[in-house]
Amino acid sequence: MNFYRLLSIIGKQRTSPGWQNWSSARSSASAAEAHSTTLPTQAQVVICGGGIMGTSVAYHLSKMGWKDIVLLEQGRLAAGSTRFCAGILSTARHLTIEQKMADYSNKLYQQLEQETGIQTGYIRTGSIFLAQTQDRLISLKRINSRLNVIGIPSEIISPRKVAELHPLLNVHDLVGAMHVPEDAVVSSADVALALASAASQNGVQIYDRTTILHVLVKKGQVAGVETDKGQIECQYFVNCAGQWAYELGLSNEEPVSIPLHACEHFYLLTRPLETPLQSNTPTIVDADGRIYIRNWQGGILSGGFEKNPKPIFTEGKNQLEIQNLQEDWDHFEPLLSSLLRRMPELETLEIMKLVNCPETFTPDMRCIMGESPAVQGYFVLAGMNSAGLSFGGGAGKYLAEWIVHGYPSENVWGLDLKRFGALQSSRTFLRHRVMEVMPLIYDLKVPRWDFQTGRQLRTSPLYDRLDAQGARWMEKHGFERPKYFVPPDKDLLALEQSKTFYKPDWFDIVESEVKCCKEAVCVIDMSSFTKFEITSTGDQALEILQYLFSNDVDVPVGHIVHTGMLNEGGGYENDCSIARLNKRSFFMISPTDQQVHCWAWLKKHMPKDSNLLLEDVTWKYTALNLIGPRAVDVLSELSYAPMTPDHFPSLFCKEMSVGYANGIRVMSMTHTGEPGFMLYIPIEYALHVYNEVMSVGQKYGIRNAGYYALRSLRIEKFFAFWGQDLNTLTTPLECGRESRVKLEKGMDFIGQDALLQQKQNGVYKRFTMFILDDHDTDLDLWPWWGEPIYRNGQYVGKTTSSAYSFSLERHVCLGFVHNFSEDTGEEQVVTADFINRGEYEIDIAGHRFQAKAKLYPVASLFTHKRRKDDVELTDLHGK
Amino acid sequence: MCVCPGPRRIGIPVRSSSLPLFSDAMPAPTQLFFPLIRNCELSRIYGTACYCHHKHLCCPSPYIPQSRLRYTPHPAYATFCRPKENWWQYTQGRRYASTPQKFYLTPPQVNSILKANEYSFKVPEFDGKNVSSVLGFDSNQLPANAPIEDRRSAATCLQTRGMLLGVFDGHAGCACSQAVSERLFYYIAVSLLPHETLLEIENAVESGRALLPILQWHKHPNDYFSKEASKLYFNSLRTYWQELIDLNTGESTDIDVKEALINAFKRLDNDISLEAQVGDPNSFLNYLVLRVAFSGATACVAHVDGVDLHVANTGDSRAMLGVQEEDGSWSAVTLSNDHNAQNERELERLKLEHPKNEAKSVVKQDRLLGLLMPFRAFGDVKFKWSIDLQKRVIESGPDQLNDNEYTKFIPPNYHTPPYLTAEPEVTYHRLRPQDKFLVLATDGLWETMHRQDVVRIVGEYLTGMHHQQPIAVGGYKVTLGQMHGLLTERRTKMSSVFEDQNAATHLIRHAVGNNEFGTVDHERLSKMLSLPEELARMYRDDITIIVVQFNSHVVGAYQNQE
Repeated sequence: MNFYRLLSIIGKQRTSPGWQNWSSARSSASAAEAHSTTLPTQAQVVICGGGIMGTSVAYHLSKMGWKDIVLLEQGRLAAGSTRFCAGILSTARHLTIEQKMADYSNKLYQQLEQETGIQTGYIRTGSIFLAQTQDRLISLKRINSRLNVIGIPSEIISPRKVAELHPLLNVHDLVGAMHVPEDAVVSSADVALALASAASQNGVQIYDRTTILHVLVKKGQVAGVETDKGQIECQYFVNCAGQWAYELGLSNEEPVSIPLHACEHFYLLTRPLETPLQSNTPTIVDADGRIYIRNWQGGILSGGFEKNPKPIFTEGKNQLEIQNLQEDWDHFEPLLSSLLRRMPELETLEIMKLVNCPETFTPDMRCIMGESPAVQGYFVLAGMNSAGLSFGGGAGKYLAEWIVHGYPSENVWGLDLKRFGALQSSRTFLRHRVMEVMPLIYDLKVPRWDFQTGRQLRTSPLYDRLDAQGARWMEKHGFERPKYFVPPDKDLLALEQSKTFYKPDWFDIVESEVKCCKEAVCVIDMSSFTKFEITSTGDQALEILQYLFSNDVDVPVGHIVHTGMLNEGGGYENDCSIARLNKRSFFMISPTDQQVHCWAWLKKHMPKDSNLLLEDVTWKYTALNLIGPRAVDVLSELSYAPMTPDHFPSLFCKEMSVGYANGIRVMSMTHTGEPGFMLYIPIEYALHVYNEVMSVGQKYGIRNAGYYALRSLRIEKFFAFWGQDLNTLTTPLECGRESRVKLEKGMDFIGQDALLQQKQNGVYKRFTMFILDDHDTDLDLWPWWGEPIYRNGQYVGKTTSSAYSFSLERHVCLGFVHNFSEDTGEEQVVTADFINRGEYEIDIAGHRFQAKAKLYPVASLFTHKRRKDDVELTDLHGK
Repeated sequence: MCVCPGPRRIGIPVRSSSLPLFSDAMPAPTQLFFPLIRNCELSRIYGTACYCHHKHLCCPSPYIPQSRLRYTPHPAYATFCRPKENWWQYTQGRRYASTPQKFYLTPPQVNSILKANEYSFKVPEFDGKNVSSVLGFDSNQLPANAPIEDRRSAATCLQTRGMLLGVFDGHAGCACSQAVSERLFYYIAVSLLPHETLLEIENAVESGRALLPILQWHKHPNDYFSKEASKLYFNSLRTYWQELIDLNTGESTDIDVKEALINAFKRLDNDISLEAQVGDPNSFLNYLVLRVAFSGATACVAHVDGVDLHVANTGDSRAMLGVQEEDGSWSAVTLSNDHNAQNERELERLKLEHPKNEAKSVVKQDRLLGLLMPFRAFGDVKFKWSIDLQKRVIESGPDQLNDNEYTKFIPPNYHTPPYLTAEPEVTYHRLRPQDKFLVLATDGLWETMHRQDVVRIVGEYLTGMHHQQPIAVGGYKVTLGQMHGLLTERRTKMSSVFEDQNAATHLIRHAVGNNEFGTVDHERLSKMLSLPEELARMYRDDITIIVVQFNSHVVGAYQNQE
């Protein structure tokens, strides 16, 4: 039985004019063969994939006025995952950008039928997210707070209210729920067809049964595509091939890594109930039970995300196999149990079918969009983690903007293809990781969770040493970084139990590490940071850096400059530290996840000059951060060189010897605002230098520390980090970094005009530090990030990061404050006065905490001293 | 069916006394050849319920237990020994057994017993590609004797390709099975070595250089090697390869695995026999070699090299190949012949090897000379040496030997020794992609389970749930409730699979705990494992299992190459 006939669109009128251009998905095979069209030989854009993503991109591109577009589909339109999709559109997402995409999709689909005349089956049913536990309810409340501030109605409701909204639900084990009334169900295949139809009317040419063999690349730029029906020259290529995107990416001569992997996904269809369910019955998401349930033709459609997913197509398979995937009832059993527990009355309902429709998942459960770092003009939109329908409209729009304008209208860094590199492209890695990601969709998302699979890929040479000393690890861009060090006598809770929205069990550990950073000296292995070297024979390196960076990098040799790498809009593409090693050579340190993005940006803007050399030296150096007032003592003892500020001023870089090892790049900065040094050590010396530092440091009370301590230190000092606080839409002026911009450095740089304009007009948002006043660290929910900020009761922005400050003994949140006009909602200029004259509250899962706003770091932090009578005998112990 | 407890493989028609043979320095309390329980009493207690696995057991009349037992454990084995062979304990044991037991082990306790000896080995992958046709193996043992008389070995040949796996079922103690388990693979590996390698090794020994390693052992921590005899064993082995070097004519001939296996088996048995005849100045070693020679062991060894699978079998352990048919079902292919009275060809052979007038006495009551169950075995010099030789060795041997009724006892109708051989029967099988695994197990398993069940259970275990025919709704009216009921039932059936991470453990769980419906019955399992040591042996034999899993991809690739 062809399921196609079941779920989607039988016997509806298919006579819109746009259909003449392309062979219909519904036409019989013989008709399609008769319709043998010849492909055009060239186009501006070629889109691969006739699912919801491909058609959405085509739709939006054509709406934006681009007409010369060809869409190719290897099978029939809307025949892959799109066809099997359960058709639930849900806006309740964890990321704001995802919420916005889903919200846009919702609005788009709603009016699509009117626009195209194609029935999409759009019904506004609303959805209810059930909470069986208090922790789940907290998670829902956090989403609820965020939905409300972007204008999506939703509310937390009681179990009793749930029972009123849905007749069949067993609500006895619920503690609450979230109701999102504007969520909808829709036939995704019909949406794709409608989008295709509209695009076609706008001039997009659509060809099905046309397989792309590979993309032609010339000089790092898309030149065309090779299909089984001939070549098409093109400037832009969009890979919307869904679960085949990975294979297609690899098929190029210069492969494009698109890390995604498919898993089998099951849902159940039943015959109608005796009294058929109303078509507007809300969709139920019971994440604790791992299932979703929607009404479907008077019966129900229910599927879920099981704990033990079945990855599929690891070796890459032909699409034809999708049709032949087996139902696996034994695998579905836990979900069926869960369904019957939730709706006991369904016992007597007759089964129609168990559908197996593979879904695509990515290594971090976020979708993949954007331009390939390796091939210019090669765009990707894939890896929807089972939310393709919800994201389809919005994601298509952002990608179309990206292609047309060069950047999307929202910050999409979290979804950018360039957050991954080739290192996430191993099939084994993907297979293992998606087995963790798929269950995660319904797992409780608590702060600071780390993936357990695909670990220990990139490690520092000190990994074993640190691990043996109790290091607990987190992973960034495949690199293992220590979070904190569990002392030998300390017994932490098991991983499962330490998942909490409240005070975590490592609190005391991090506190002692922070204290040690403040009073003695700590070592943090920070080898994961991205490190580039730029050298030239003449002044080319300096010239290009002056053009790319907003600060003046023409400083004396040995000086370090903090500077942003800005885009045309003045927003941060990267935030880095640049050390001038000599007249013609620079050493550049960027955040870990910048490795691919920054490289691509530099490559894109650097002239093709053989005298200018850019090298990624990340792997060549182990970085140790010596933080604390005694760092200077440790280092001078190891180098027999004076390290006092007179000899070694702040933001200074010098190659020197440490222990027996020579050629260690020592930099007087710590990324935290605390005194100390970064040591960039050629990896073969890493163990030696570490051992020397630890043994000499013993008498100064040295100990290992991790990133949690670093985070607490930098946030209480109001240090913004790119990727968390800063993104491509924030400018230096908006985060109080005027001093790092040299508008008059006598040379143009990217973003200069935008900054000049902003300087004149004022900023529309302002990076602000909040100190929570009435927040009880032991008892209250902890802030994380993304909490709404209220000023005088009005929503003004969201937090971007937070940490507990052990010096202030308060929670500190960083975030952006906007000034929305009370009448029109338009953004207005934010002045220091506006910030200072306001009463602030931070909303943590629906509870508002009072907060003090600061535009500058708290001065008293810099003069921390321990009082004499506080000294104890234990201070004499080695740390 | 024989309803009497007593000596396992060897029945001895002695009734007056059972002196603890080799009571000193035994690795464990195997002093008793006869459990100190009176047959008549036991038959009364257990009546027909007593199911004796050893049909070959033959104790014509009850014997009177002796109280003059000595016990002086050798320090090295002290930890293995529990002084229990005394009258007091016997009565305790009897009372314990005669009272109906309400005591059951909990599932975790059952699991810890079943898993105590489990071992798994996965062949490491190189460059992401597993070049070995063996994926790995699972093995396990469940003792019935105290101590267990079964042994197992597994090793990878380092100088030639291939992997060796074997199970060894000892009788009259564990000395022989222990020795064979440590030594046989070296003999096989040496037999397989090319001339140049042998020369290289010999030269290294001669000049005191480091030796090439020959075997990589894969051992459970409980699988010990005897340190004391190591030197002696090495010298015997060296003599063997020196002879191999001398025999070599210089022409490099392809080594035939079958021949190598046969030579190795025969040579080791010969060495065991010789060592006992020659003796050793060290009294401990002298006694050890005698114990090895006077006890016995069967051996079933597999050699896997690419698609070439050889099984060498001596005795009644068995090698069974698990074959998955195209429809997913499992069938068993036996790769060894049992050497016992059930094997017509063996009966034939024995009759041919001895004069006509012995035709009736050579096999009596399905036993060799009315005593021994397996018709081929290592050790057991009582069935190999002439009467003169036996008497001479015993007289010159240590007192323990001399005082022992068993060793002194000459089998009846003992006219034309040898009656027993260690020569194996070698089977060759070329692996096919449908050959998924090989089960090597001692007769303790095969007595309780049919080979077809063994293969099905392992096959289903290794492939996970897939064995259950997938459910398809296709056209039938099924409600969610009905489906749920069906699935829950299927899952319960499967849950026993998930308890085990080891195919051999899983098999033992079934072998011991299966009820009449072929599913594991926890109550039964718990009862069987709660039996006191003295009784366990009557309900089951030692079970030793190795399950070798093959890599179908590699096997398939070999096939395609040709």
